[in-house]
Amino acid sequence: MNAVVKQLTGLRDWVDDRFPLVKLWNEHMGQYYAPKNFNFWYYFGVLSIVVLALQIVTGIWLTMNYKPDAELAFASVEYIMRDVEWGWLIRYMHSTGASAFFIVVYLHMFRALLYGSYKKPRELIWILGMFTYLALMAEAFLGYLLPWGQMSFWGAQVIISLFGAIPFVGDTLSLWIRGDFVVSDVTLNRFFSLHVIAMPLAIVGLVFLHIIALHEVGSNNPDGVEIKKKKGPDGVPLDGIPFHPYYSVKDTVGVIVFLILFAAVVFFAPEFGGWFLEANNFIPANPLVTPEHIVPLWYFTPFYAILRAVPDKLIGVLLMGAATMIFFLLPWLDRSPVKSIRYRGPLFKTALWLFVISFIALGYLGTQTPTPQMTWMARGFSAIYFGFFLLMPFYSKIDKTKPVPDRVTDK
Amino acid sequence: MSDNAVDVDRRRFLTGTTAVIGGIGAAIAAVPFIASFQPSAKAKAIGAPVEVDIGKLEPGQRITQKWRGQPVWIVRRTSEMVDTLKNFDGGLLRDPSSNESVQPEYAANAWRSTKEEYLILVGLCTHLGCSPSFVPEPGAVDETWVGGFFCPCHGSKFDLAGRAYSGYPAPTNMTVPPYRFASDTRVVIGEDEGDAS
Repeated sequence: MNAVVKQLTGLRDWVDDRFPLVKLWNEHMGQYYAPKNFNFWYYFGVLSIVVLALQIVTGIWLTMNYKPDAELAFASVEYIMRDVEWGWLIRYMHSTGASAFFIVVYLHMFRALLYGSYKKPRELIWILGMFTYLALMAEAFLGYLLPWGQMSFWGAQVIISLFGAIPFVGDTLSLWIRGDFVVSDVTLNRFFSLHVIAMPLAIVGLVFLHIIALHEVGSNNPDGVEIKKKKGPDGVPLDGIPFHPYYSVKDTVGVIVFLILFAAVVFFAPEFGGWFLEANNFIPANPLVTPEHIVPLWYFTPFYAILRAVPDKLIGVLLMGAATMIFFLLPWLDRSPVKSIRYRGPLFKTALWLFVISFIALGYLGTQTPTPQMTWMARGFSAIYFGFFLLMPFYSKIDKTKPVPDRVTDK
Repeated sequence: MSDNAVDVDRRRFLTGTTAVIGGIGAAIAAVPFIASFQPSAKAKAIGAPVEVDIGKLEPGQRITQKWRGQPVWIVRRTSEMVDTLKNFDGGLLRDPSSNESVQPEYAANAWRSTKEEYLILVGLCTHLGCSPSFVPEPGAVDETWVGGFFCPCHGSKFDLAGRAYSGYPAPTNMTVPPYRFASDTRVVIGEDEGDAS
């Protein structure tokens, strides 16, 4: 046993003389001091990485049998589902993974809102995270065309047409994106290339930068206290514990619970009642017939509802774009002296809950056939959505905050 | 023991059991991904038995049929060819009685078939998988040539029963696929003699 340990130590030292192995390990795991008061909300970062890894692995396997050709694509997906060994499992893991990705990312972003994780000095972490989120939306949209079903085709048709609303260059731009006068084989082939190579590379790179920036500044926590301000004589934050083994072990438990839920959906409800896989996408794409009820998947519907709520095409598109882009400004819109919801006043708490309700309500309305009444509701919730951001400089400043403790609490 | 002391044994036990259970889980999760490389149901369907009509095959002729994506030869030997095989000098061959070669039991004889007249072979050289040429004319390859199959890739030679000559790269005789005669003029490739339904 000792001889083996000695050999392994020797190998580690050999590598370490040529590559900063121990240094990297210590900086990011063994001596990365995370606040000791992380709660439930701090699982979703690591879960995003787990889902990203799952999507990459299952995606590689799907690419082995998928055919990016308008004549063959739909049949090749059915071939994966019926004929390829375990193909159904790998494909359901990938389609469920797409929705799971957005669930964990939305909860991860909500955690940032709760505890002010986007505030100084973590603005860049937030911005890198937002770029990752945009890349993820692009990745999901590109991937949704690939099965070449009715929803794939018409969803792409509608979203690409949105660019047509841009004055002067709009039509040229949508033509350029499609590479054809309609969504066609050309579009499918380039979307495939972007979905399997370009976007995954961008996402992995952004996640890397996001984590490097995080480990430079240090993690926030549910109290919004900077643990680096109180260090012991050894230079270690008094409220910090090494990420490994404390959080690596804790996260493992979280990952296992997540995988149990994930497996339950994959095995027992992969379509999730039409929320994860839409019925119309089991019909091959037909450029001559639009399905009666066309909606994007749930993770886009809040923005889709905002688009539909506006009677003008250009303004609708601009507001939908603004609804995602406005998140970038959050670090500068928030003028509160405190970070965490625990020490914020009633104004911010009310605003945040109204925002969450309007986001979910818009998400629901986006899936429904629009009626005049629903359109008016969507307009109201859109106003609340934008009000949360645009009024933030005022209500966050005048809000009555509570004193923030020096050290993290045991709550 | 005070509350602060580290119970190393307990920790080691927990680390070990977690690693073992996690490892088993990871191994099981890997099964679908590894198994997914196996031939799909479609590939297996293409590998289904094929029935060939040999009614129009004249003595001395060969036809080629695709089975599992591979060439399968059906040769109708002339009586001279059969005689040549029967009087063949086994010393020239690597495995004259087909002990080392792949064939169904019913084709493990000198002429490597159920009926002397018909030879059925997977038309791939056992060296590196090229498809040999059918050269039935004696003397066509060299002066001692009595007719057989000649591989253009690396020069392996086989007699008219697909048996490999010694001194050439092919390590075993050519493979005989499972087959059965459905009637006098129809042969099913990919099904054994006993599989008749």
